[in-house]
Amino acid sequence: MYKALNTEVAVIGAGPAGLSAAIEAARAGAEVVLIDENAKPGGQLFKQIHKFFGSKVHGAGVRGIDIGKQLLQETKENRVKVRLDCAVWGLFEDKVLGLVNQDKLESIQAKKIILATGVSENAVSFPGWTLPGIMGAGAAQTMINIHRVLPGKKILMLGSGNVGLIVSYQLLQAGAQVLAVVEAAPEIGGYGVHASKIRRAGVPVITSHTIKEATGKDQVEAATIAAVDREWNLVPGTEKTLEVDTICVAAGLTPLAGLAWMAGCECVYLPELGGYVPIHNGKMESSVRGVYVAGDLAGVEEASTAMEEGRLAGLSVAEEMGYVEECEAEKRREEITERLKALRMGPFGEQRDKAKQKLVQEWQKKLDQR
Amino acid sequence: MAKEIRSAIVLTGVPSIEELKNSPGFPSEERLKKGPVAVIECIQEIPCDPCEPACPSGAIKVGKPITNLPVLCEDKCVGCGKCIAFCPGLAIFLVDTTFSKTKALIKFPYEYLPLPRVNSWADAVDREGNIVTKARVVKVETSDKYDRTAVVSIAIPKRFAHKVRGIVSG
Amino acid sequence: MRVLNHPILGKLEKRRMVKIIVDAKALQAIEGEPIIAALLANGIRVCRRTKKRNEPRFLFCGIGQCTDCVMTVDGIPNVRTCVTPVRDGMQIETQIGSGKWSVQGVEY
Repeated sequence: MYKALNTEVAVIGAGPAGLSAAIEAARAGAEVVLIDENAKPGGQLFKQIHKFFGSKVHGAGVRGIDIGKQLLQETKENRVKVRLDCAVWGLFEDKVLGLVNQDKLESIQAKKIILATGVSENAVSFPGWTLPGIMGAGAAQTMINIHRVLPGKKILMLGSGNVGLIVSYQLLQAGAQVLAVVEAAPEIGGYGVHASKIRRAGVPVITSHTIKEATGKDQVEAATIAAVDREWNLVPGTEKTLEVDTICVAAGLTPLAGLAWMAGCECVYLPELGGYVPIHNGKMESSVRGVYVAGDLAGVEEASTAMEEGRLAGLSVAEEMGYVEECEAEKRREEITERLKALRMGPFGEQRDKAKQKLVQEWQKKLDQR
Repeated sequence: MAKEIRSAIVLTGVPSIEELKNSPGFPSEERLKKGPVAVIECIQEIPCDPCEPACPSGAIKVGKPITNLPVLCEDKCVGCGKCIAFCPGLAIFLVDTTFSKTKALIKFPYEYLPLPRVNSWADAVDREGNIVTKARVVKVETSDKYDRTAVVSIAIPKRFAHKVRGIVSG
Repeated sequence: MRVLNHPILGKLEKRRMVKIIVDAKALQAIEGEPIIAALLANGIRVCRRTKKRNEPRFLFCGIGQCTDCVMTVDGIPNVRTCVTPVRDGMQIETQIGSGKWSVQGVEY
């Protein structure tokens, strides 16, 4: 037989969005179970050993690992039930979750569900792309910052978004050599300051280039890079071969929306948000009543915004359940929205803001159609 | 991608001297001649402002919105270097062109191991990581408040004061 | 190669070492670390070989999502080595194709 449990709020995914959502709902008085398939909570947060941007209210200047510790402390203080090593394999009608906990099956009946399942890294296919030593940039980050092993010694980074730039820096800190960051677009995708750090360390950032092929016998031994034109075609005669034992791919993230699909949530394809993303009403409620979304699942962004979205979701849930009065909830919602707005300003932020707004617009369209 | 800013930093990751001199965080030549002063090399509008509360003299202003580029009030800046460790982008330096008759002092954030040893020699690099001169390590500051960002001071020939922003690590 | 000292994370704390057997060879691992970390620390970079072309495969996502890193562990195939902690005496084998079940010496 399997265990069948009841709870008020089930939060799936204990990364920054899930942790924040659970804390917010629990603080208001709801009974919250926070579920994560990993042995340790925190999602990608405990790999972010750099200091965060933003303002004091966002934890600026504090390293991601320490923000993570604060959040964990708050889950304890608010008596959030954290269930680790629990993979949610199904999300059924009437908000029933199917779980597998090590080798035991469980089902949980929840009143409200918050999905904060995050994203997975994209692969890029080029000849040789399956060779050992070619891995996601996040995988390299996990190895060095969590498991304290080098994934390799001579590394080529593909992609100059913030993930590629930051992980390159962290690889240097861990003692690896980063031969170059290669970027297919003509401009660097991430923040200038992240690129400047690694340039000072002698790492070239080669724009308008991509990997033509990787070679090696049982692992990658060399990578050939080549220039690309404005139509992303390889330019013949521009090939350069680098001796590497590792290639890190930082070519974007895709939301893990499987449970959202299963629950019947409407998803819309937005490449600027990472792929198929569940739409929501601006208060983080999806097209399925009682199912909420937050964090990178609701569009790829960053940890700071994930935390604020998590809080919005937790607040909405608590308000729906009567734990927070309407005017109190509005006040709190405004506070969180202000902080979120501040993070989505400037040329980088504005694009993300526009993209995230599309989800709410799609939700409104659906509503108007009914 | 920041489409509006088509400049050196977006194309290469290295800000050009023009971009820097045109930014509000860069001190004037006049001020640089007077003594140690902060040099804030932050030229993109990113929501970020911990440099403002980091300065004990109130010489750095970001205000609202927090995407404003930090403004260095060079007359208020006493060149203490306390701001250096607090910039999450590691984009603040200190330059003292009056360190000695022939040398300038450069202070920069450093997050690698091993930490350089005081009085040792190091290879000083420019913003592109090119070695431009030899440097004498004058000071290595760590503190709990700096949260594992060390602040390293090096003495270099004066003529490299606008170029040198670090050392070869390891 | 292990990152013994780190400018932000500090010194790697001393933990108990365990013995794992990888393709009949005894290796040292840190108790509780994922199998893939122990492999990397011991210079091993192949987890399995594909059925059709016998091509080597290793780590890709590192967080249990992609299954590129699966090996046969204690007789059970398709074990994700990036999320499975080592155990003293664990038997780990390079998996060929989808592997074979041989738990408790019984082949399925």
